[in-house]
Amino acid sequence: MDMMKKVPVREQAPDVRNKNFEEVCLGYNQEEAMEEATRCLHCKNARCIEGCPVSINIPDFIEAVKGGDIKEAYRVISESSALPAVCGRVCPQESQCEGKCIRGIKGEAVSIGKLERFVADWARENGLEPEAPAAKNGKKVAVIGCGPAGITCAGDLAKKGYDVTIFEALHQPGGVLVYGIPEFRLPKDTVVAHEVENIKKLGVKIETNVIIGRSVTIDQLLSEEGFDAVFIGSGAGLPRFMGIPGENANGVFSANEYLTRSNLMKAFRDDYDTPIARFKKVAVVGGGNVAMDAARTALRLGAEVHVVYRRSEEELPARAEEVHHAKEEGIIFDLLTNPTEILTDENGWVSGIRCVKMQLGEPDASGRRRPEVIEGSEFDMDLDAVIMALGTSPNPLIHSTTKGLEVNKRQCIIAEEETGKTSKDGVFAGGDAVTGAATVILAMGAGKAGAKGIDEYLSNK
Amino acid sequence: MYKILKAEMIAEKIYLNVVEAPRVAEHCLPGQFVITKLDEKGERIPLTICDYDREAGTVTIVFQVVGATTQKMAALKAGDAYEDFVGPLGRPSDLTEEPIEELKKKKIVFVAGGVGTAPVYPQVKWLHEHGVDVDVIVGAKTKDLIMYEEQMKEVAGNLYITTDDGSYVRKGMGTDVLKDLVENQGKKYDHCVAIGPLIMMKFVCKLTKELGIPTVVSMNPIMVDGTGMCGACRIAVGDEIKFACVDGPEFDGHLVDFDQAMKRQQMYKTEEGRAMLALQEGDTHHGGCGNCQ
Repeated sequence: MDMMKKVPVREQAPDVRNKNFEEVCLGYNQEEAMEEATRCLHCKNARCIEGCPVSINIPDFIEAVKGGDIKEAYRVISESSALPAVCGRVCPQESQCEGKCIRGIKGEAVSIGKLERFVADWARENGLEPEAPAAKNGKKVAVIGCGPAGITCAGDLAKKGYDVTIFEALHQPGGVLVYGIPEFRLPKDTVVAHEVENIKKLGVKIETNVIIGRSVTIDQLLSEEGFDAVFIGSGAGLPRFMGIPGENANGVFSANEYLTRSNLMKAFRDDYDTPIARFKKVAVVGGGNVAMDAARTALRLGAEVHVVYRRSEEELPARAEEVHHAKEEGIIFDLLTNPTEILTDENGWVSGIRCVKMQLGEPDASGRRRPEVIEGSEFDMDLDAVIMALGTSPNPLIHSTTKGLEVNKRQCIIAEEETGKTSKDGVFAGGDAVTGAATVILAMGAGKAGAKGIDEYLSNK
Repeated sequence: MYKILKAEMIAEKIYLNVVEAPRVAEHCLPGQFVITKLDEKGERIPLTICDYDREAGTVTIVFQVVGATTQKMAALKAGDAYEDFVGPLGRPSDLTEEPIEELKKKKIVFVAGGVGTAPVYPQVKWLHEHGVDVDVIVGAKTKDLIMYEEQMKEVAGNLYITTDDGSYVRKGMGTDVLKDLVENQGKKYDHCVAIGPLIMMKFVCKLTKELGIPTVVSMNPIMVDGTGMCGACRIAVGDEIKFACVDGPEFDGHLVDFDQAMKRQQMYKTEEGRAMLALQEGDTHHGGCGNCQ
């Protein structure tokens, strides 16, 4: 075994998987996991833990895997994370735990994400359940939004004995895990549904189809429904568009719409009623994880897919693994390219996009080199659909219907990082609703902080 | 599950359901909508709220059979249930937010077209309950498509019914009646609300622009989530792009780009057609015309 390299993980072959919605990565088996675990140096000052937003004791769980005690490994992870099977799949490990791994200095980092996934999957397959909660303390907490932040916050509070109800606007719990991330990266019926079941086993109640701000307001939850505190984990759901001509043409979609149709509504399956149009040639505008998800979904639905991104490969915000997978599957990357107009036919359908070529100038506020238009580089690309994956911002509905809840210029709720405390007494917030669109694991970190903040607040009340 | 307490056909291909949905009934106002989903595999369908009973915790919806999903909904009976029923969504009608005294000074006319009569009803009823009487014009293609006549009579100041083919009351469009009222009957209106098919709202707006009557329309575009997430419902209003689900569904009719909205309404016609055919043909369906073995 080459200690410099990760034990390779089995995957569906690119040519096979680009035609189905089954999971791309097949994960380690126990033998492979135990072998990979031997690469961990068990550092005393484990930098990987610092890199983890929920501070999982990584060396300890890997040590348990090395000895073949997967049950113990799961116990260690569960102390810190409510969603290990999810995080093992979707965390940007290369910039977090694995990015800090000492092994990574000379060779490849320990495959922490794949080990976490193995442990979580093993636990699910072997019927391990999270530890039973403490005795009820009689205090009621409402959690708004059943995504990663809400699930984590609810789980932590339930373990401490709180009576927790999650209110979810959609018909299914999971938030971005069900509407945003595709089946081929995160299986819904097995992985996500199981994680949701686990928090229910802790006594958390989930009420779907409740739009906070419309069906009931936060003030009403506190004054009329007897909740002692509220955690807002409502995410960043509002899609951005470019504001270029032709953007309302038929065949232009937000990535949110396209992915929601396919993931939440399962439009890719014939036995579900929601339609999704099938196209021949699609451009996905943007370079983040959502852009990769939309591109790979369109590819699986039969299209030739181009990712159109205005900066270069180095600046692509998507996880390295997603870009790698997308390329293997046959996605074409048109980098340093920016659309200026969507072209339409006489019936109002997309017929193409007009683009300009870009070059990178000086670094901007984000530290990334600023893309500049190359004069005279305009060209047209024939297409029949365009998917805009330009990021999302928080829905203003909650703060506009809650007295005394302050937001910043970007419509994000202002909350303390350590506790989730907002400007309104008894109301806490975390995740994308506070930070703007970020990652699952950061939202989980904020959910944990919110649970801690709420526990302190209600213990002192 | 959201139980259906009453289900009936109220006009040709037009159905009414009274649904138990306490959270919606408690807070909804005229102008808002709900999203229904029949079962696990169903579509999310946006429908404007047509009545509500806060005490009983019920909400009334009215829908026309236009595709496979509404066809399945038409078969629902009292005692059946929707798997999902979420709301109230969207902003309430601006009229509900104006001071009543201001409203009483206004001369308001509603123009309802076809199945749009149902969502006009709760607005007229709400105004009536607050002491504001308004004129209501109800237009439909033919007599069999007239609905809510008795209920509307009870709450409207004056009710004018018209049919395109002249099979009931009078012959002509809602716009003809409005034009007649203003130009020949000496009526003056400060505010118009038009709800119905896009083409009808477009022509009402064209007329009221000429007559100088500010007009509000209720848009019902394609939606997925109905909460602002997908952007499928975006429409051009003046120089801005608005999401009907969170910014509307009511907008200034003189600023709405109806032609674009009509094109966008066609987006899934092919897919819808296939789904309808599959439902009608049942086991004999093999993918539609041209694919028969």
